[in-house]
Order: sequence, then C-alpha cells, then structure tokens
Amino acid sequence: MAHNAFIQLGAITSMNLRNMSQRAASSIVALIGIAGVVTVLVGVLSISEGFRAVLDMSGADDVAIVLRNGATDEMGSGLAQQQTRIITDAPNIARDAQGPVASPELYVVVDVPLRRTGTAANVPLRGVGPQAAKLRQDFRIVEGRGFTPGTFEVIVGRGAASQFAGLSVGNHLRWGTTDWLVAGIFEDRGSVAESEIWTDATVLQGAYQRGNSYQSLRAKLTSADALQGFKDALTSDPRLNVRVFTEKQYYEQQSRILVTLVSTVGAAIAILMGLGAIFAALNTMYSAVSARTREIATLRALGFGPLPVVASVLAEALLIGLIGGVIGMLISYFAFNGLRASTMNFASFSQITFAFTVTPRLLVQGLAYALILGLIGGLLPSIRAARLPITTGLREL
Amino acid sequence: MLKFLPLLWANLNRKRLRTGLTVASIVVAFLLFGLMQTLRVALTGSPELAGVDRLVTMHKVSIVQSLPLSYLTRVRAVAGVKVASSLDWFGGVYQDDRNQIAAMAVDAPTFFEVYNEYSLPAPQKDAWLKDRAGAIVGRALAERFGWQIGDTIPLRSNIWTRRDGTNVWPMKIVGIYSAENGDNQGLYFHYQYLNESRAEIRDMIGWVVERVEDPDQSAEVARRIDALFANSSTETKTATEKAFIQGFANQMGNIGALLSAVAGAVFFTMLLVTANTMGQSIRERLSEIAVLKTLGFSSAGVTVMVLAEALLLTAMGGVIGLLLASAATKALAVSLQQFFPVLGMPAKTYAIGALLILLLGGLAALLPCWQAGRFKIVDALRRV
Repeated sequence: MAHNAFIQLGAITSMNLRNMSQRAASSIVALIGIAGVVTVLVGVLSISEGFRAVLDMSGADDVAIVLRNGATDEMGSGLAQQQTRIITDAPNIARDAQGPVASPELYVVVDVPLRRTGTAANVPLRGVGPQAAKLRQDFRIVEGRGFTPGTFEVIVGRGAASQFAGLSVGNHLRWGTTDWLVAGIFEDRGSVAESEIWTDATVLQGAYQRGNSYQSLRAKLTSADALQGFKDALTSDPRLNVRVFTEKQYYEQQSRILVTLVSTVGAAIAILMGLGAIFAALNTMYSAVSARTREIATLRALGFGPLPVVASVLAEALLIGLIGGVIGMLISYFAFNGLRASTMNFASFSQITFAFTVTPRLLVQGLAYALILGLIGGLLPSIRAARLPITTGLREL
Repeated sequence: MLKFLPLLWANLNRKRLRTGLTVASIVVAFLLFGLMQTLRVALTGSPELAGVDRLVTMHKVSIVQSLPLSYLTRVRAVAGVKVASSLDWFGGVYQDDRNQIAAMAVDAPTFFEVYNEYSLPAPQKDAWLKDRAGAIVGRALAERFGWQIGDTIPLRSNIWTRRDGTNVWPMKIVGIYSAENGDNQGLYFHYQYLNESRAEIRDMIGWVVERVEDPDQSAEVARRIDALFANSSTETKTATEKAFIQGFANQMGNIGALLSAVAGAVFFTMLLVTANTMGQSIRERLSEIAVLKTLGFSSAGVTVMVLAEALLLTAMGGVIGLLLASAATKALAVSLQQFFPVLGMPAKTYAIGALLILLLGGLAALLPCWQAGRFKIVDALRRV
C-alpha cells in the first residue's frame, strides 16, 4: 500500500510538472514575484552586511581610541598636546623603535563633490601622526606614494577615491586658502579608513588654526586584555578628562544606528513584499487547480488518493519557489555583490564608503524564503484540490 | 456609464477569491510605496519644506567649520538681504548618548523673522528674548521627555565644553514652539549663552541663514554674499535652502535611489500580477463578451468596460494600501522619533499614488482590452 502511494505520488507529480507549460503565463508571474522578493531581500541585507564588514574590519580589539569626556565621536572631541603626551606615556601601550605605537589625530570634514551627483559631500580629512599606519594592520599605498610630512600633501583611501570626484594622484585640491596635492591612494582591506583622506596632523593643525591641539588619540595596546589597565590609568589621572574605547567598540557604536536602520527596513520590506508574493503565488496556484479541476477529479475517480494530489500541487508551488529563488539569488549576486557605494553616517557626520556584500548565508536565506513563499502559496490550493468532490469536479467544464 | 457599475461589480464578484487576492497584492504594493516615500523623505530630508526665499551661507570648505561672527553683520548689509540669523550646531545629548537632540544656538532676535513658519505665543517669545539662558523647545520634544515651561534641564554637548571644563549646559525652558514645517523636535537657545561660556572658540558662528527680498533674485544675492568674502581666509558658499537640503539628501547617496528601485521592482511585479489576473478573467469570459457584443455593445464599449474593471480593482487596492501606509506611518512615528524627528507620509504621495493607480490599471487592462475588442463574435460564441 505504502509502495503504491509512492508510485501514485511520483506519477501524478511528474505529470503535473510536465504540463506546467500549459499554465506558463501565470506560473511565470508567480516566479517573477518570488524572484523579485529574493532579489530585494538579498540586495537590502547585503548593504547592512557591507557596513558590518567595513566596521568589523575597522575595529581592532587591541587598538584603543581616546576621546575627550562627553564626546561621542572624533569630530566633537578635543585633546591638548600636553594631554596626548600624558596618554602616550600611560602603561600597556605597545612600543617599538620609534617609541609608543600611538597616533594623535585630527578629524575634520571637507566638501568634496560626489561623482554621482556633483554635489558636495562631507568627506573625512584625518590628520595623523607618524605611527598611524602601524595602527592599521593592512595599510598600504597602492598608487603614488605616502605624503611628505610637513607639506600640504594628502593620501586618499581607495573607497573615497572611487566615490568622490577629483581625488586622483597628482591632482591639486583647494580647501580654504591652501592648495593640497594628492600624493597617493591607500588601501586598508576595506576598512573605514578607506573612506578618508589623510594628511600630516601637524600640517592640518596649521591649516585649520588648531594650534597644537588634537581631537583623538589611537594607541596600540600590548594585548587586547591590556585595555582595562590602560583605561584605569587614564581615568584616574586628574590631569585628564577622557573616555576610552577599543576601536571595535567605537565603530560598533558609530554604526549601530545605520546597521539597525538598514536591517530593520530590509526585513520590513522583505516581509511586505513576501506577503505580496504569497498573494500572487496563491492566485497562480488556485487558478492552476481550477484549470485542472476535471483532470484532478478524473485522477481521483481512477483511484488516486488525496495525498498524491496535495503533493503534486505543492511540488508545483515549490518548484516555482525554487526557480524564483535561484533567479533572485543570481540577479542579486551579480547586480549587487561588490557594488561600491557611499552614504552619510550621521554618527560621525561624514561619508562612509562600503561595498554591497552578498554572503553565502544571505543567499541561503533568500532561497529558504523563496521556498517558504512557494510552500505557503501552494498549501491552501492543494488542500482545495484534494477536497474537491469527484462528481462535481467531473461535471465541471 | 454609471449604470454599468453593478455589472462591473458582479464581474469582480464572480471569483471572489481571485479578486480578493489580487486586491490584496495591490494593497501590499501601495502600502510599500507609501512607506518607501515616507522613509525616503525621512532619510533625505524634504526639499519641499525649504523656504523659497531663504539662503544658507556656510564655510566654503565644510559646514563644520565656523565663520567669524562679523560675517553676520556684513551679510545683513548685502543688497537684497531682508534679514539674517546665525545658527550653531550644539550636538545636544540628554541623559544618555542615545538621546541626541537637535539643539541649535541661534541669533534669537532675528530667528522668528527668518523662520516665519515657527510660532511661539507672544508672552513666551518675550520671555525667551529677555532670558539669555532660556531655550525654546518643539512641542513633540517637550512631550517626549515631559518637559514643562520653567524646567531647567541639563543638556550635554558632544562638541562644546564650558569654561569650567564641564560639558553639561543647563537650559531653562521658557517656551514651547510649534512649526508648520513639522520640525517639532528641536531646541533653540541664545548664541550669546554659547559664545560666552564655551572654552573652545569665541565670536565664531556655524552658518548664516538669510531671507531675501525677492526669491527671483536669490542667485544674484548669493553671488554678492560670496563675492564679499572671496579671497579672504574664510571664504563662503551660499546656496538656496532647497539646494542645501538637496545636497544633504544626495549625501545619503545610493540609499535613496535604492528605495526608489525597490518601489519600482514591487510595482513591476504587481503590474504583472494584476495584468495576469485581468487577462485570465477576460479569457474566461470571452463568450459572455461575445453575447454583449451581439446585444449591440460596440468594441469600444466593451474595451471601456474591461478598462473600468481593471481600474476599479487597482483603485480599491490602491486606496486601501495608501490609507494603511498613512496609518502605519502614524504608528511608527512614535516609536521611531528618536531616529526620525519628523516622520510623516508626504502629502504628494496621494497624488503620485492616484497616478500610479491609473497607470497600473491601464497597463494591466492593455492586453485584455486588445483581446476583448478584437475577436469575432461567431468564433467566441462557438467556444465552449
């Protein structure tokens, strides 16, 4: 009996799938609907994956950022030169031949036109100390050369160079009364630094009339566990009034709103679109069932059980979901993966460049979602098909 | 034509399930459309809210750089400028880092002349102008934290330090304003309070907002202002408020474009769904249509009826969807006010929505209309 049911199931399902071409138009509509949902879902979520990737990469556990107490970002912070000296003398900072591996930095924004629209965007301009590159593990110049300390020269992150106009090697930029030369382009495996323009901190102090003050200080710690000791030393020093984060904490906090926003919006869009796609799939499957009323009734009259009928309709719906899902996966992967974009991060009031990142996990999620949509779309119609009274079904035109 | 309405209704009622599902998917499409519009405006600001006669003058290098205070007086003297006020971003934080408050230090006497869509009861206005430590807050902000007139609140700045080394600035609330442009989440206080107490810099202002006498002359006035400071150590960039907000919107970058793309994708899908359903129901009814034609209906008449049916279907879905979107926006506005102080479905959405209903219905009916108008009566009647 079980064997028989199995044969019935195989026969009826394969027959059903083979005559799907009869209902091609509406099947294709449901399929496009599901493919659209998957594309949008994966596309939107790949943005938040992209942010996350940038910020994960940027934040090291063994690099500390020191800001003035009360400041929530580098731009609003301020540290006097005297204070930066005290901080670099604190315990638990890694040292090398050039002294403590620490960089007192300035962070301002400059207007640079977006390539896409030509309108000005807030691009971060960071003044860095001589040890800055050692604080970013994978920092390297990929084009041109580094800036010459003491001169009006800048180096530009790869992300910034791709999103904003006029940031190519050899170009001159005019900000205020000073003329800056782009000396090189740098890379740091896609971290936040790649959204920035860097120059010598002391030159920037002069250009921005900052005297000898800085805004933040980055320091390499001897290990990730050394943070507490470092923090305690600074917060108990009466000469200082600062807050200390690890770079990882800092970037997590900087990106929290943006990441939460994008993933919430992405999920909401996906759920609503999914609802729309379910309606489309239900419509398709109901009309598929009603078009086959006589056929199903004939099969039932011949002795096929209700279960194989349910299974055959579900199989059709799942096949639509599967194909739609795979199409959506392919479209989203080829359209979005690696796409570079920039947006405003209000936490730092400056632009952040990132790449859409379609991870395998997202693709699997998309496909699973497509199958769920197909399943829901097929379930109710399949039950209707199985419940159809045979005699009325046979009488139907 | 109206007498055919019952016939249209009966046709839609023939397969209730199908009609219901189709309407439901259109509802979802319009709901998404309404929400996308709201979100896009919330994320990118709404240039429509900008005053047509307002200009913004900022530091040429970046808005975060300050201008000398003397620029305010010099701008006021430029021909064509009616009144000018200064603004400084305060970076307000209340109690917790998450409670960021849009607080601005402004030149109080000119503030209401420049921003005439902000209103404050006269006694409160007088009280504010007299009290240098006084601040006015938007109604929504006051409600959010339960602030009353007379309260003094400790507002932290993530930018400015007081001369005594602290960064908590007591603000005495002396007025609660309401603004027609929807910005009811702001806090405005006297520039003098900031300038006299901050440790960092003195006699510098963030940016200047001007009202011009004649909006048609805006470009010329802007040019004159910038010419005034050209070749100085602090050059300026003046643009209309609209361009200023638009520039900000562009900074959000691809996100805005992406939202439009999502809305486009949703609509394309819904178009297919509706067109497919319409096509199907017309195909099933070809013999009936043939009967109608036999009874003397012209091809054009039949076509109009098919079109009307499609429009009725999309209009039902569209109206319900937009109403739902508006209700959802209202519900969300409360829980999201921390991120989006001003969240509301832009009024334009309804107009665009109506256009989309026509477009969607029209396109969906295109193929069925063509089918319905074209066939030969005898062929259709012969069909089973």
